[in-house]
Amino acid sequence: MDFYGFIPRSRLFLGTAQYPSPAVLQRAVEAAGVDVVTVSLRREAGRLGGGQDFWALIRGLGVRVLPNTAGCHSVKEAVTTAQMAREVFGTPWIKLEVIGEADTLQPDLFGLVEAARILCAEGFEVFPYMTEDLVVAERLVEAGCRVLMPWGAPIGTGKGLNNPYGLRALRAHFPDIPLVVDAGIGLPSHAAAAMELGYDAVLLNTAVAKAGDPAAMAAAFARAVEAGRLAFQAGPMEPRDMAAPSTPVLGRALLS
Amino acid sequence: MQIIVNGDTREVAALVLAEALAELGYAGAVVATAVNEAFVSAAARAQTILAEGDRLEILAPMQGG
Repeated sequence: MDFYGFIPRSRLFLGTAQYPSPAVLQRAVEAAGVDVVTVSLRREAGRLGGGQDFWALIRGLGVRVLPNTAGCHSVKEAVTTAQMAREVFGTPWIKLEVIGEADTLQPDLFGLVEAARILCAEGFEVFPYMTEDLVVAERLVEAGCRVLMPWGAPIGTGKGLNNPYGLRALRAHFPDIPLVVDAGIGLPSHAAAAMELGYDAVLLNTAVAKAGDPAAMAAAFARAVEAGRLAFQAGPMEPRDMAAPSTPVLGRALLS
Repeated sequence: MQIIVNGDTREVAALVLAEALAELGYAGAVVATAVNEAFVSAAARAQTILAEGDRLEILAPMQGG
């Protein structure tokens, strides 16, 4: 499965925020072996501002960038930010965030669909940050989105997959649309669980950036994503309510 | 004239966005611009006339999740 024509080697996408230093970020990206990282746009304080150094670092990593519209609360803000990001980063990719609720950072799904429609018409390749709502997913696909990114849990909480049922239903309804769990992942086991559901990739940031050893945690996540994918492809067993002996009953000795 | 640059009031002599950017110290920097909340592409900066009180946003690559 490809992401707007791009087939990443790694199914782990990593955010670049909150690392203790640029060097730690660089080590984490290398340890995870990722080839997609998310980036943002912020006000620059002059020619020697940190943005220029940051951009030089990212370009040096040889990865694809997925710019976001983080912090945008309106359609207009998100669309303008996307237009600015396309020019600065030189990519039509945009992780579209239209935040609707400040405490949960839950997406404004109505604004999200509207912004997606505008951006897809302008030639953007949109990665919408959404809830697991099936109806919204339909609307986003109609708008032109060829990737969907439902949350696992609110951004930065590390709570994992709050609604596996909803995520499973989304997977079943959209077998041909690349699906990425974005946000809420706290542990490698959460990432593995997403991949075991048949998701195509996992996007996370805080769980690695805020780990005691970000590079080691990045490597752990990379392995978890691989393990989850392999498990999905291998065809997991069906769970059952009652116990079933795994050792053959036939041929059991009569010793009582 | 006075314009608002990233939220701060600044005095600039240049009347055109491309020249104002150089005057403000952004020559050669990788940035995106918006004037009065509307995106202005790099190609359009040389033709974009600034007026007193315009709100200029100058954004650069930053860490993001």
